[in-house]
Amino acid sequence: MEPNIQTGYESEKPASKHRKLALGLSVIPGVGQFYNRQILKGLIFLILCGAFIVAFADMISLGLWGLVTLGTDVKYDHSIFLLVKGIISLLVILLGVFVYAYNLYDAYQNGKKRDLGNKLNSVREQYRTLVDSGFPYLMISPGFFLLLFVVIFPIIFVVLLSFTNYDLYHSPPAKLVDWIGIQNYIDIFKLDIWRQTFFSVLSWTIIWTFVATTLQVALGVFLAVLVNQKDLMFKKTIRTVFILPWAIPAFVSILVFAGMFNETVGTINEDILSAFGMNIHWMTDPFWTRFALILIQGWLGFPFVFAMTTGVLQSIPDELYEAADVDGASIFQKFKSITLPLILYATAPILITQYTFNFNNFNVIFLFNGGGPAVPNQNAGGTDILISWIYELTMTSAQYGKAAAITMMLSLIVISVAIWQFRKTRSFQEEDMM
Amino acid sequence: MKNQKILKLTLSYSFILIMFAVILYPVIWIVGSSFNPGDSLSSSKLIPENASLVHYKSLFNLEESDYLLWYWNTLKICSITMVLSVTMVCLTGYSFSRYRFVGRKNGLLTFLILQMIPNFAALIAIYVLALTTGLLDTHFALILVYTGGAIPMNTWLMKGYIDSIPRELDESARMDGAGHFRIFIQIVMPLAKPIVAVVSLFTFITPFTDFILARVLLRSEEKFTLAVGLYDLIADQFGNEFTKFAAGSVLIAIPISILFLSLQKYFVSGLTAGGTKG
Repeated sequence: MEPNIQTGYESEKPASKHRKLALGLSVIPGVGQFYNRQILKGLIFLILCGAFIVAFADMISLGLWGLVTLGTDVKYDHSIFLLVKGIISLLVILLGVFVYAYNLYDAYQNGKKRDLGNKLNSVREQYRTLVDSGFPYLMISPGFFLLLFVVIFPIIFVVLLSFTNYDLYHSPPAKLVDWIGIQNYIDIFKLDIWRQTFFSVLSWTIIWTFVATTLQVALGVFLAVLVNQKDLMFKKTIRTVFILPWAIPAFVSILVFAGMFNETVGTINEDILSAFGMNIHWMTDPFWTRFALILIQGWLGFPFVFAMTTGVLQSIPDELYEAADVDGASIFQKFKSITLPLILYATAPILITQYTFNFNNFNVIFLFNGGGPAVPNQNAGGTDILISWIYELTMTSAQYGKAAAITMMLSLIVISVAIWQFRKTRSFQEEDMM
Repeated sequence: MKNQKILKLTLSYSFILIMFAVILYPVIWIVGSSFNPGDSLSSSKLIPENASLVHYKSLFNLEESDYLLWYWNTLKICSITMVLSVTMVCLTGYSFSRYRFVGRKNGLLTFLILQMIPNFAALIAIYVLALTTGLLDTHFALILVYTGGAIPMNTWLMKGYIDSIPRELDESARMDGAGHFRIFIQIVMPLAKPIVAVVSLFTFITPFTDFILARVLLRSEEKFTLAVGLYDLIADQFGNEFTKFAAGSVLIAIPISILFLSLQKYFVSGLTAGGTKG
C-alpha cells in the first residue's frame, strides 16, 4: 500500500539533492531529520540511539565475547549461559539495526519529498500516521514477543548448539563447551555407530511415515465411501462409533494398546491369538513392534480422514452419479472417475499434513514401547523415529550437540516439504500474499 | 439387480461390524479392566466376575494417589493456555487480515513455516533453557511454550476467517468515527465467534493431549499432567498397577470423548480450514 503519488514525477530530474544529503546526515541518527526540519522526530531518533548505546553497550560486548569464545575460564564462565546471553545480544543488535535502518529510510523519503517539492507532514500528521501504521504492530507485539522467546529463540539455540561439543563430558559448570564447526555432522556420517544408527532410524522413519499414513488415509476414505452409500441404515450411529478413536485422547489409547500388546499378560496374546495357538513377541521383536505400531496408528488416525472425507462426499451433487448411471458406469468406475478425484482434490493439502504429522509422531512411538526393543550395533531402539531418537539423546545420554545436529536435519526435511506444499495451496497464491 | 444390492449391503455391514469390533474391543477391555478387583493385568477378565469400584476410589483418595492433582494441573494448564492463546491469536490474526504493513508478508510466511515444525523439535533448547533459567519443573514454563506454539497455526486459522468478513463493515464503522480498537472489539470480533470457538477448542485440547513437552519440563510427581502421570503409573513396573491405570484412563477418556463428540463439527471445520487455507 505504498502511496504512488510521486511516480508521475519520477522521470524529472529534481534540481535539489535533499534526499542524498538527508540520508548522509542520518548516519548519525536524527541529524537527517533535523536537516528536513522535523525537529521532534530527529530528537526522538537521537535519544533512542543514545539510550541504546548507553543501555546495551556493555551487554552486547560481553554477549558477543561470550558467543565467540563460549568462555575461557571454567571457574567463572558458564558456556551455556554465555551462549544464551550471546543470542539475546544478537537479537538486541538486530532490533537496533532495524531502528537505524528505519531512521535512514525516513530521512531519505522525506528528503525525496522535499526534492519533489511536496509538503512534509506536520507533527500532528506524523502523530496520526504513527498511530495508524503503528496499530497493527502494537497488536502483534504480545504474540510476537512470546513467539520470539519460546519458539524462535529455541530454534536459534538449537542451530548454534549443533556446532558445539556440548555433551555429558563437556558440560558446564565442570567443563567448558567449545565451538567445533560441523564436526557433529561429520561424525554422524563418518563414525560407524552414528552412521548406522542414523540411516537405520531415517529409513524406518520414512517407511513408518508412508505406510502408517497411507493406511490411515486409505481406511478413512474407504470407510467414508462405504458409509455414504444411499441405502445404508444407521448412518449416524456408525459415524459416531467411527469417530470414537479420534475422540479418545491419543495418549490414553496408546497406553491402553501397550497393555493389550503386552507379551505375557496382554489380551492380544492371551485371549485372541492363543485361540489360534499363537504367541507373538510384540514388544521384543522389532518387526512385530513395527507391525503393531502401524496398525495402532491406523486405528488412531483413520477417523479424522473419515470425518473429512464424509464432509466432502456429502457435498458431491447426486446429478453426477445419476449422469454416470445413465451412461452405464459400474460402481468401480463411478468411484474412480467421480468420487476419488473429488475427494483428493478437496483434501490433498490436509492429507500432506497427515504425513508430516506422522513423521514427527513422537507419542505413539514413545508411549507404546519407548522406541524399543533395543537393537545391536546402534544407539537407538528398533522403532525409534528421528524425533524420539532426539529425545533419547537429549534426556538419557545427554548428547546435546549431536541431538541438535539431528534436529537440524529433521527440520530441513520438514521445512522443505512444508514449502513445497504451501507453494501449491491457494492462500499462498492470493495476490496480497505474494 | 436386487440380489446384487443385497450382496453389496451384506458385505458393507459385515465390514462395518468388523470395524466396530476393532474400535470397541480396546474400549470394552479397558473399561472391564478398570472394574477388576485385582491389581495386575494377568488376573483381569474382559467382563469381571465381581466388579468393584476399588480403583476409582483409590484414585480419588489424595493420600493414595496424585491423580486428582494431575487432573487439576492439566485443567489449569489447559485453561490458562487457552485464554492466553485465544487473546493473542485474535490480535495477530486480526492485524494480519486487516492491515497492510511492512513485514506482514514475511511475518505470515514465518508463521506458515513455524506451524510446520512441531514446537517440541527444539526440545533440547527448551530443556536446556528451562534448566538454565530455573523454569524447569514449573507450570509457567509449560504454559508459555504451549501458548507460543499455538500462535502460528491458529493465527492462520483466525486470519483466514477474518478475511471472509466483509471489510465494508469496518469501513462504515470508521466513517462513523470508530477507532481501531473499537472496530476490532465491537465489529469484527463478534462476527468471528465461530472461529474463536474453534481456536479455543484447539488450544485447550493440544496441551491436554501433549506428552513430550510435559515430560521434558516437569520433574516432580505432584506437578505432572495427566499424560505424564498416567504414563508413570504403568511405566515403572508394567502391569502391577494396570487396573488402577485403566480406571484413570476411563476417567480421562469419558469426559473428553463427550466434549469432542458434541463439538466434532468444529474440529473438522477448523482442521479443514487450517489445511486448505494454510
